[in-house]
Amino acid sequence: MSPPSHQHGADVLTDGRADRTPVQGDQPLLSVQDLSVEFGLRGQKRVRAVDSVSFDIRPGEHVGLVGESGSGKSVTSLAIMGLLPRRGAHVSGRITYEGRDLLTASRAEMSQLRGNDIAMVFQDPMTSLNPVVPIGTQLAEVVTRHRRLSKSEARDRAGDLLARVGIPDPRRRLKEYPHQLSGGMRQRVLIAIALACEPRLLIADEPTTALDVTIQAQVLEVLKELVAETEAALLMITHDLGVVAGLCDRVNVMYSGRIVESTTRSVLFGEPRHPYTGGLLRSIPRLDAPRGEPLVAIPGSPTNTLPWTQGCAFAPRCAHVQDDCRTDPPALLEHGPRMLRCHHPLDGSDGPTPGGGSAGARPTAAGVADESAYRRPTEEDA
Amino acid sequence: MIRFVLRRLALMVPVLLGLSILLFIWVRSLPGEGPARSLLGTRATPERIEAINEQYGFNDPLLEQYLRYVGSLLRGDFLSSIRDGKPVLDTFFDKLPVTVELSLAALLFAIVVGIPLGYVAARYQGRAPDTAVVSGSLLGVATPVFFLALLLKLVFANWLGWLPATFRQTPGIDATQVTGFAVLDGLLTREYDAAWDAVLHLLLPAIALGTIPLAIIVRITRASVAEVLQEDYVRTAESKGLRRRTVARRHVLRNAMLPVSTTIGLQVGLLFSGAVLTETVFSFQGIGSYLFQAISQRDYPVLQGYIIFIAIMYSLINLVVDLLYGVIDPRVRVST
Repeated sequence: MSPPSHQHGADVLTDGRADRTPVQGDQPLLSVQDLSVEFGLRGQKRVRAVDSVSFDIRPGEHVGLVGESGSGKSVTSLAIMGLLPRRGAHVSGRITYEGRDLLTASRAEMSQLRGNDIAMVFQDPMTSLNPVVPIGTQLAEVVTRHRRLSKSEARDRAGDLLARVGIPDPRRRLKEYPHQLSGGMRQRVLIAIALACEPRLLIADEPTTALDVTIQAQVLEVLKELVAETEAALLMITHDLGVVAGLCDRVNVMYSGRIVESTTRSVLFGEPRHPYTGGLLRSIPRLDAPRGEPLVAIPGSPTNTLPWTQGCAFAPRCAHVQDDCRTDPPALLEHGPRMLRCHHPLDGSDGPTPGGGSAGARPTAAGVADESAYRRPTEEDA
Repeated sequence: MIRFVLRRLALMVPVLLGLSILLFIWVRSLPGEGPARSLLGTRATPERIEAINEQYGFNDPLLEQYLRYVGSLLRGDFLSSIRDGKPVLDTFFDKLPVTVELSLAALLFAIVVGIPLGYVAARYQGRAPDTAVVSGSLLGVATPVFFLALLLKLVFANWLGWLPATFRQTPGIDATQVTGFAVLDGLLTREYDAAWDAVLHLLLPAIALGTIPLAIIVRITRASVAEVLQEDYVRTAESKGLRRRTVARRHVLRNAMLPVSTTIGLQVGLLFSGAVLTETVFSFQGIGSYLFQAISQRDYPVLQGYIIFIAIMYSLINLVVDLLYGVIDPRVRVST
């Protein structure tokens, strides 16, 4: 499989952008404030999946939302899209997109925004496409919904989009059904669908976890290129800091529904301060590690948590745990260039570099050099 | 695909053979004294009954009778009715349009009402509309066809007088016969009043006959839609900002129809058995009412012939449904 070439359909995603009003620099495109999501039908005990989460995404900015399964990242993204189940999900807080409150927006307003302004790529390409509808139709329908295009124009555009995401022989593929495509191809189709209307914000929910490692790199590359081309802002949801390293400007690390560390990529990789972030970084296998060295893991499982009301949720798994961690819930406070929720942050001696005790002590700027070590190999590197 | 069809057709042979044996034994084990008594009445002398039995060979050993029957079937002779002497094959195809028209109307009613109801129930799962639909379908599936038919006739024809109580068309209406389908004939010959008359006559029987299939279709649709609503691709469709209608039709119903279409094929058997009662109640001169008379008169050749024809039709219809399945679901398209 060849990487998508820029020749065909390179202009596909850039036309029609001129009519959009440019947004001023620091005004956030999307602002999530104090978002909490609880699940539970009437009469049942509610479970809090997302707990007072706040973050901003500025136009064109790439933000990572990182955490293990169950940390609330996907629920956060579904809350932004307004796709949480209507029954049993209780959402509070504020989500504003260009100043508009999404949580109070009507059904019609949300469906105008979805696919057009905010689009999403889902985790599992095997189940995210309709098995009984040709992919051309699944692509064209989002275009005809949000653009004034005739059927044949929409079809042409669908073909161009397929070409753009690197699917060979796109005209023929339009008539094919999802089961005739490989997983990587299907995820390309889903990326094409999400970017078909050049959204201002793309939410990618672990877009590569269901794919082969080799295909992951290719798909990520396609995503990266198209996001750059359309100047869309990106909310990248992943448990893989390697993905973040190559893609994101800012990173929010979530644990058990709350943000525990939030900072720029270079600060995070250069000097992780939350023990959980440090653990995630250490658990990435490194190419320069000596052969035969066992992989590092965070002990315990994400289900082994303390309720945030009683202390730090990460305490049961934390190597730095002290008594106050189990009695005193830490607040998200500013620590220099970052927001941190920890009583006893890493001081650098537990830096992420195996054997490199001095890593954390280096000035943050030096961290930029560090993070490249975590990046996934991409085709650019090859 | 041709191979698939041929294989399915070949499979019908042992099924029909088995059916013919069961049928043969079943009609002869019906309680009563057999066709001669029904034909001649209670006051017939034993000698005359014996003469009839001898004439039709009913005194011969069962195996001999069976082999003789199969032999005549293979020669293309489907025998004649003991009661009226008419060839079984002729009356079957004469009466077929009546029953097919009624069954299609019933099926149409069941599908057109059942699928939307099932969809609504699934969308409002656990809430009032769902409860109403589910209890309604339970009532529908539990009501015997003949009871519902009589009830509808009583209320809408006899009490309210809104709809005709009997026959396919008002007696004496001068309708031209072309295909035997009353509504279709009316349209073809531009006798629209006759067509409308036939539609009015069809309404009550179709509702009576269609209620059980309706209840089943509602149930299957509800379960199937509820399952599809949980699918990732429905979420994808919603994330595109598609209109509710588009999501419902293209993404939810299209997938939810897969199990429903199979069920619809299986309803055909239900329709034929229900037609026996419905046609009798509403005095339709179709296969059902003729079969009803054949049962009460122990008309062996008619019973055997009709039920075998119905079995053949049932198998063929389900073969067609299976082939149509591939039209809805590209994944199971049979390779040519």
